[in-house]
Amino acid sequence: MLDHVNQASLLDIRGVCRSFPKGSGEELRVLEQVDLTIRAGEIVGLLGRSGSGKSTLLRIIAGLIAPSSGDAKCRGETINGPPNAVAMVFQSFALFPWLTVLQNVELGLEALGIDSTERRTRALAAIDLIGLDGFESAYPKELSGGMRQRVGFARALVVHPDLLLMDEPFSALDVLTAETLRTDLIDLWTEGRLPIKSVLMVTHNIEEAVLMCDRILVFASNPGRVAAEIKVDLPHPRHRLDPTFRQLVDSIYARMTERTEVRAPAIEGIPGTGVGLVLQHVSSNVLSGLIETLAGPPYHGHADLPVLASSLQLEADEIFHLGESLQLLRFAQLSEGDLMLTEAGKRFAHLETDARKKLFAEHLINYVPVVGLIRRVLDERPSHSAPAARFRNELEDYMAEDQADETLKTIVSWARYGELFAYDEQSELFSLENPH
Amino acid sequence: MTLQDVLSPRLGQALRPNIWDAVAIVLVIGAMVLIVYGGEQTTLPLSALDVDPVTLDPARLPAYALRTTMRMLLAIVCSIIFTFLYAALAAKSRRAEMVLIPLLDILQSVPILGFLTFTVVFFLNLFPGEVFGAELACVFAIFTSQAWNMTFSMYQSMRNVPKDLEEASQSFHLSGWQRFWRLDVPFAMPGLIWNAMMSMSGGWFFVVASEAITVGNTTVTLPGIGSFVALAIKEQNLAAIGYAMLTMFLVIIAYDQLLFRPIVAWADKFRFEQTASATAPTSWVLDLFRRTRALRALTYPFAALNKAVSNWHIALPARLRMPTKTNKPSHVVDAIWLAIIIAGTGYAVWKIYQYLSATLGPSDVISAVGYGLLTLARVSVLIAVATLIWVPVGVWIGLRPKLAERIQPLAQFLAAFPANLAFPVFVVVIVRYDLSPNVWLSPLMILGTQWYILFNVIAGASAFPTDLREAAGSFHLKGWRWWIKVVLPGIFPYYITGAITASGGSWNASIVAEVASWGDTHLMATGLGAYIATATEAGDFPRVVLGIAIMCVLVTLFNRLFWRPLYAFGERRLRLG
Repeated sequence: MLDHVNQASLLDIRGVCRSFPKGSGEELRVLEQVDLTIRAGEIVGLLGRSGSGKSTLLRIIAGLIAPSSGDAKCRGETINGPPNAVAMVFQSFALFPWLTVLQNVELGLEALGIDSTERRTRALAAIDLIGLDGFESAYPKELSGGMRQRVGFARALVVHPDLLLMDEPFSALDVLTAETLRTDLIDLWTEGRLPIKSVLMVTHNIEEAVLMCDRILVFASNPGRVAAEIKVDLPHPRHRLDPTFRQLVDSIYARMTERTEVRAPAIEGIPGTGVGLVLQHVSSNVLSGLIETLAGPPYHGHADLPVLASSLQLEADEIFHLGESLQLLRFAQLSEGDLMLTEAGKRFAHLETDARKKLFAEHLINYVPVVGLIRRVLDERPSHSAPAARFRNELEDYMAEDQADETLKTIVSWARYGELFAYDEQSELFSLENPH
Repeated sequence: MTLQDVLSPRLGQALRPNIWDAVAIVLVIGAMVLIVYGGEQTTLPLSALDVDPVTLDPARLPAYALRTTMRMLLAIVCSIIFTFLYAALAAKSRRAEMVLIPLLDILQSVPILGFLTFTVVFFLNLFPGEVFGAELACVFAIFTSQAWNMTFSMYQSMRNVPKDLEEASQSFHLSGWQRFWRLDVPFAMPGLIWNAMMSMSGGWFFVVASEAITVGNTTVTLPGIGSFVALAIKEQNLAAIGYAMLTMFLVIIAYDQLLFRPIVAWADKFRFEQTASATAPTSWVLDLFRRTRALRALTYPFAALNKAVSNWHIALPARLRMPTKTNKPSHVVDAIWLAIIIAGTGYAVWKIYQYLSATLGPSDVISAVGYGLLTLARVSVLIAVATLIWVPVGVWIGLRPKLAERIQPLAQFLAAFPANLAFPVFVVVIVRYDLSPNVWLSPLMILGTQWYILFNVIAGASAFPTDLREAAGSFHLKGWRWWIKVVLPGIFPYYITGAITASGGSWNASIVAEVASWGDTHLMATGLGAYIATATEAGDFPRVVLGIAIMCVLVTLFNRLFWRPLYAFGERRLRLG
């Protein structure tokens, strides 16, 4: 494979931006000035939190959506619809349930108009390669998740793409299955048996990226952009317990939490903070549970994120999300890949249910601006009620519709726990009345 | 895929026929002969109908049944073709969708029997003096009773194709044509088949009404079960009615066993779920065909043909390619399009007004609306009564799975039963006891449609989660509290689905049910159905148009203002799981 390295780049992305319309009619930037070059013979990973635009970038490369501006070229040609040199593996497998394994694999070849004999030969070869022998006539619903994703791989490999795109291909699988599939794939890759030149994979799993990729692009959010590029020079097969491996993982954790501090809603007036802060829903039960865990042994208020993530069996993405929610509410502080309880957090851990609710409500009002706003409006109005639409409109000035929905859902759930105000789903009204 | 490809693994003994082949071959050839025989009959001149009029000889019933069956089959084929074209157009083009979907919504609520008047005249003029014209008119009438719900189901499926499959087919370079056959059609298949079965049930009602038609001074009597029933009613022949019922019963069973069950069992693979279901539907006919070797081989060329057709590289717009900054909908084109629609609608309104105002005055409109309100009252009361009766019965049955399994097909069968067959009983009783037709003819309207309520409630009660029932039991919920708090909310979405179908069907049935006759005794209730039926018989087209228009408006309003909100409420709040 080395002799390909000096060839012209497979993929060239220059200054690509992408916006989507916001609820208020303005544009929401999800990708900002992304540059990316892929040469033959490398596995490149796009690593980032959900919503950092990495899937959008992958879809631009796959020719499924077009960039708003910038230049995307595959083998020197501007991408305008799915390029022939590219095939994709989907997170949800995207198999046609009414086609057998063999028919699913043949699908891409049929669309290319390849005659039936060659089609059959190539499909059987791909099935053989990926370890699906004997499953040719099975329907997807008869297969386990791991086997289904193997079909997804065979279907993509059979068209002999130069560049294989993978959209979080292992995240819908259980831990053991995912690991087997990763190892199998890396083995085939290092043995040079895959009919492809390069791989571009999207992931939010830090260890997975370090395990598989030669190069990792770390994405930051709001708007999505490349924050760092990390070379992984470890030889295959890589071992998770190898100290260099751990060091790399820890440094990426640190780098990604560094970013989250910028996102933290500390000061009013900074975009993305204040009323326009996008919230993602976390149950108050989970938050309380995490605070208790952090307060207790062995952490005693201070935890290393990778350790915490593996002991709670959470993905990096999820643990970031939880940590940020605690940080937002000033119950904990994220820095350098660590999560530390604040004084309030430690106090919370030792309170009774009613006192916890009171403390939670206090922090909610003080540190989540939109909650404060809703409470003020309800207090001022003689009826002590206000339609959700009023606040949704305000939120949509800052964010997309689905983000506004998610933010409102979070507010409702947290405010219910803190007994700050009530929400009637039927009439979509906020009010101060709680049923007693 | 070539024949060779498919056979190669088991070549050798694969082509040797087995015992199942013998059985299956009889079925196939039998079907072919029947189709050819039935087809021959339709090319005769119209005068042949007078030479060989429909008689009440039971020996001729099988032949009549065949003719009727063929009409229904032809109609369902037309419906499927129409569905593919119409739904594809509506789903792929935003501008076409703006017109086609509301149009479909209205077409669904148009009283189909009112159509007959126009179509018969149209088709008879198209093929003057030939049976074929009358046959087409009849097929068209059945078609109009079947097509709309199938089209709606297909359209909705096409709009809800999972995004990842859409991306996959795009990413693997499937053309628009390939995508339609490989993704859209298979995904829509289960819904489409279910709706086709419902349509088939509904179609019986209209076949009986449309085979023997009188429009003004033209009377066409096509040989078939419908004409047989019409004649039996005219001659007051109870035995003949009995024979007709028996024949219909057999034909409906044959349809179910030979056509729909195999299709449902085969189409199980199209159900979009990622896990294998516990009980897959089975069909002995399908099993028979799957066990035969030679017959299976016969189907391969068809499979290959199907595959070849679906692989044609026809450049249809797969969807709006590459949603980008460039594809923002052009407001100018939208405005022009909207202007065209408004102009077209305005012209149509003007034409209708011109046509109707030539012969009718405002008083006609007022009286027709009055009749409409009477029929509305009837429909409302009947649905309420049917609800009071069938909801408790349905719940009782639905909570007993063994019983539900047996009752379900029976209810579907009863739904297919045309009201005309019950005329004798109603007319005789009403005349004998001197009852008011205004009240006592009404139940005829709901005779066929009430079963939709029953079998939807049964389905709802069967699907009611066991843990909720157990929870209710352990908290000692009993009596009315159990009904109000537990069961009724649980079956509500199902009940609404059934009630909407029943209500729509009842409006349609009013055209037949408000006018009943038995021999020389004619009974008539006051209502919009009777109004349209009378106008049709007299060939009074302006009144037919007026009646249909008013029924359309009332049905649409009733649906929008009453059923839709209830349906939305049920879906939002009461959907379990």
